[in-house]
Amino acid sequence: MNVPTMADMMAQGKQPEVLFWVGAAGSYDDRAKKISRAFVKILHAASVDFAVLGTEESSTGDAAKRAGNEFLFQMQALMNIEVLNGYEVKKIVTCDPHSFNTLKNEYPSLGGKYEVFHHTQFIQHLISEGRLEIDNTTLKGKRVTFHDPCYLGRANEVYESPRDLIRRLGVNLTEMKRHKGTALCCGAGGAQMFKDAEKGDKEINILRTEDALEAKPQIIATGCPYCNTMMTDGIKFKEKETEVVVKDIAELISEANGL
Amino acid sequence: MNYISNVLFGVLLIIGIGFFVNNIQKIFRNIKLGKSINRNDNKLQRLKNMAMIALGQSKMVKRPFSGFLHIIVYVGFVIINIEVLEIVVDGLLGTHRIFQPYLGNAFYGFLIGVFEVLAALVFIAVVLFWLRRNVSNIKRFLSKEMTGWPKRDGNLILYFEMVLMSLFIIMNATDTAFQEAGVGNVVSQLVAPIFESYSSETIHTIERTAWWIHITGILVFLNYLFYSKHLHILLAFPNTYFGNLKPKGQFPNSEAVTKEVQLMMDPSADPYAMPEEGAEEDVPEKFGASDVADLSWVQLLNAYTCTECGRCTSACPASLTGKELSPRNIMMKTRDRLEEVGRNIDDNNGTFKDDGKQLLNDYITPEELWACTSCNACVEECPVSIDPLSIIMDMRKYLVMEQSAAPQELNMMMTNVENNGAPWQYNQQDRLNWANEE
Repeated sequence: MNVPTMADMMAQGKQPEVLFWVGAAGSYDDRAKKISRAFVKILHAASVDFAVLGTEESSTGDAAKRAGNEFLFQMQALMNIEVLNGYEVKKIVTCDPHSFNTLKNEYPSLGGKYEVFHHTQFIQHLISEGRLEIDNTTLKGKRVTFHDPCYLGRANEVYESPRDLIRRLGVNLTEMKRHKGTALCCGAGGAQMFKDAEKGDKEINILRTEDALEAKPQIIATGCPYCNTMMTDGIKFKEKETEVVVKDIAELISEANGL
Repeated sequence: MNYISNVLFGVLLIIGIGFFVNNIQKIFRNIKLGKSINRNDNKLQRLKNMAMIALGQSKMVKRPFSGFLHIIVYVGFVIINIEVLEIVVDGLLGTHRIFQPYLGNAFYGFLIGVFEVLAALVFIAVVLFWLRRNVSNIKRFLSKEMTGWPKRDGNLILYFEMVLMSLFIIMNATDTAFQEAGVGNVVSQLVAPIFESYSSETIHTIERTAWWIHITGILVFLNYLFYSKHLHILLAFPNTYFGNLKPKGQFPNSEAVTKEVQLMMDPSADPYAMPEEGAEEDVPEKFGASDVADLSWVQLLNAYTCTECGRCTSACPASLTGKELSPRNIMMKTRDRLEEVGRNIDDNNGTFKDDGKQLLNDYITPEELWACTSCNACVEECPVSIDPLSIIMDMRKYLVMEQSAAPQELNMMMTNVENNGAPWQYNQQDRLNWANEE
């Protein structure tokens, strides 16, 4: 699929409308790569002039910072900022709430000032600008529940954008008992994704999957590649793979629109 | 002869308030042991937060039942204290219900009526609170940190309130003139018949005794605050005022680290350069926090403000899945250590003598710190803007940057970030491969 890089763009003397920050999961994780591709299909469908950094992209440093390594975080941040500022990037969109949070909140005081969007916010803009329409027939009537990613929800109080998109799919959105501000973490944040959990009586993703299953969904929608992994693992653990799927909102839209 | 009681009252008041002020000064001194942090920006928003969250109890009602009961106790506490003003004036001047003639019988009666109704409501609410703590199976009151003193402390406060409210009603019920006037004795008239069979002498003695125990009880309670979890009735106000205004996901960037990283990345910087003549020798800052003095004064204020309600812990994914971590316990341990440091300073003529202990390990273990998902549920839940997550993160920073004591898997993750710009071991040159798969 056609995914131009900033370097290509620059060589042609062009400045894209927006930079798509893919993030480590979106670049390397097999499940998350599908989300990246689904989002790119949406960008193409809406004729968005975008580019990625490609091999010039590097970890935002979010996981390092939350693991306590401020030094490594700032190394990554200053390096990325140098690249981003070099390309005169103004607008960034990402499917990863962790990158979203770090780029939006933690880069400015280090010299990286951009307008940063989570992909659900960006798609919402595309719709309001009349550049994209969501087909509300394909998934009509499906029972969907939405898992709020901590770094999108509580961390940045973005609760409505993902829900607005889900409603536009014509599906039947049922909330879990813990949602929005009280949503339970999937268990991956704060660098937990990369280590085993401490001793306890349960895995966090199992507890959250139980929350989701109580809402009797056919689809668990997420807006974060890490939440996606955790919830997918949870569904497998509960042996519900045949009844329930975990999908990113970008995947649902791409599927609904037959992209 | 009458003057004895006035003098006695004056002395009681001076001791009660003096002792309280002395203890408040200690709290203030202890909080100032924390590092500086600027929380003086955006004063209007801060005032608004204080008005909404502390005064308006906006976050308490997120849990409607306990929130509602709390508002009764809170409103009762604030309003009934107007009556304490009269009690103090009466005590000092040797008068009896001095405001009555000034306010007029009807209005005075109305006010006392309101106080009596509130006192009864507070009593009921406090009994319900007691039942919630001791009879209902509410998990957050049964966790391991809520045994021993913290549990007794919570109950003692409730007993205090029950006794104070009862004394207020008894005091009014045995005030014969007040009962005969029949204005404002809404609740106390129901209690008055109990005393009917006693001689007027005895009734008067009961009234005086109730009056004295009531005001003494209030002064004792005021001083009990310092030793209990109940300081939130005062500190909730500054704590919500000085709370974090930035998005919860935004963790502060350490400026000392920025300087070092910039120096490292600057190709023209000479790493062997001698410091300029007269330049201050930079003492390398300690990264993160291993003891209370490494935390900011806001984090220490947080610790004193915590009233151990446990809403944070009841929402924490780590606590909910049986991990060691409990955000409430992080706050309780921080306060315990801060008080220990404070006592150390008291005992050593104003300077801290190394006691070989610190917040890390002696109070908070790395196991607790590493169980956190940084999800902000605890911060969101806190009804008085306490931020347990910031303490966890500062202590992780110490573990990693000062002690290189991260769990092995995290060290691998960080090595990968350093070497190939991703938490996993993939080649950075493959970063765009996803575009051509499928």
